[in-house]
Amino acid sequence: MSNSAVLDVLDPGLLTTVQDAGRRGWARYGVPPSGPLDEAAFAAANELVGNPPDAAALEITFTGPTLRVGRECLIAVCGADFALWVGALPVPTWHALYVRAGQIVTFGARRNGARAYLAVSGGIALPPFLGSQATYLPGGFGGLDGRALRAGDRLPLGPAAMRNPAQAAGRVWPVERRPPYTPQPTVRVVLGPQDDYFTPEGLATFLNSAYQLTPEADRMGVRLQGSPIAHRGPTGIVSDGVVAGSVQVPPDGQPIVMLADHQTTGGYPKIATVVRADLPLLAQCLPGDWVSFAAVTVAEAQRACEPWRGVGITPSPG
Amino acid sequence: MPVYPRILPVGEAAFTVEFGDAVDEALNRQVHALDVALRACPVPGLVETVPTYRSLLVMYDPRVRAADAMRTALTDALNVLATTELPAGRLVEIPVRYGGEAGPDLADVATHCGMTEAAVIELHAQPVYTVAMLGFAPGFAYLLGLPEALATPRLATPRLRVPPGSVGIAGAQTGVYALATPGGWRIVGRTDLVLFDPGRAEPFTLHAGDRVRFVPL
Repeated sequence: MSNSAVLDVLDPGLLTTVQDAGRRGWARYGVPPSGPLDEAAFAAANELVGNPPDAAALEITFTGPTLRVGRECLIAVCGADFALWVGALPVPTWHALYVRAGQIVTFGARRNGARAYLAVSGGIALPPFLGSQATYLPGGFGGLDGRALRAGDRLPLGPAAMRNPAQAAGRVWPVERRPPYTPQPTVRVVLGPQDDYFTPEGLATFLNSAYQLTPEADRMGVRLQGSPIAHRGPTGIVSDGVVAGSVQVPPDGQPIVMLADHQTTGGYPKIATVVRADLPLLAQCLPGDWVSFAAVTVAEAQRACEPWRGVGITPSPG
Repeated sequence: MPVYPRILPVGEAAFTVEFGDAVDEALNRQVHALDVALRACPVPGLVETVPTYRSLLVMYDPRVRAADAMRTALTDALNVLATTELPAGRLVEIPVRYGGEAGPDLADVATHCGMTEAAVIELHAQPVYTVAMLGFAPGFAYLLGLPEALATPRLATPRLRVPPGSVGIAGAQTGVYALATPGGWRIVGRTDLVLFDPGRAEPFTLHAGDRVRFVPL
């Protein structure tokens, strides 16, 4: 690898991690998938720069980084909307942007959303851990030494397939293909597997109330607050499997939606599962935003996921 | 009362096959039997499975197999299962240093259970346990088979860091930590056996369905 094929971290921002499409095939050992919380924005950024949809990119949280790009390439930033510069030039998000070797990419004020994804043509090329570059902070593995980026870090870039990045620049990700982000999203859910642990009133409360995001919101999950959901009887179950999107309801009746870094098993009854296509809406919410839930059938949920499902679904060997 | 086994949707790309709602060895055996059967003869579209105490989570790719077809495949697998015998899991022996710095809660467990530390060690090392499931943290093994006399409540305040290899008791359960994590289990001992090494072909030493015996050092 030539020394120029790197991304230099001048300022890491608040919480910037390396994520690829996730670590599949290890849940049976207690290892969560990790990967991007907003899979739609992540896949868009990769496609804009000509990468495969599962190439490793940066997940940027609340405050953006400042980076020096070591070689001529394309970059794209998708997801939350930030002020953004390449060198001194203000540039838009959701665009394929041409960057000359040595130029600096600077993030400014965040205008909306919580998380943005920065993809670089060629992708980030760190050694995989259990088959993936996705950073899992609680386990301290994946990405760069299992941690968030720091100033002074150097991220190796993979070989870029693109012969002439300057020519490929300028492409815009169509607005109609972007998730309909809003601070009051209605996210679709498939009820169950433990919806029978709740009273009919409890289910009605869950589907007819808005829930506010608390500050307890991270890559493991988001804790919501609102009308308490009534359990029918026991408020705990014998631990079983959890997925990204599982809506757990602990004894206090306040739902918790599990996200990419979720524990793989859990002992709270799960009233519903958020449809994968709508997790990006939740991932972009901020504490104080309001979330509502709408029940759909499994078939409706599968149709909702059609445009981009398949990203990262291939299991690792093992 | 639900009729078991039952197949419940977990969103658009998974089902959970529930065999019951209890911590029970016979029930857990059914979970591992289905898991073994699905892994030995993979159904097209199957992505990964997560065995737990009383259910098997089955993740699938809906592009390859729609929900109804996957439900049918699981029902078929359950029907075959009723007529087959589960092979015994591998037996893994785990050498353990009980007490002292390696097992800081051994004395408390002995006091709680009204026996000597030596009696706790002898009793804990007696059974052949089953790895019911891995969860909570990477490689953390929940074991079935703890003698009732050793049941001890969790710590009131969890530790911020439990070293890897620690062997703990929480209520009627015993388990082993593969990674350093926070934890509230009563730690009675520790093994030097490496339970997780990402560089190995099989990074995790313990698999769901394995049998485990502790060997006091």
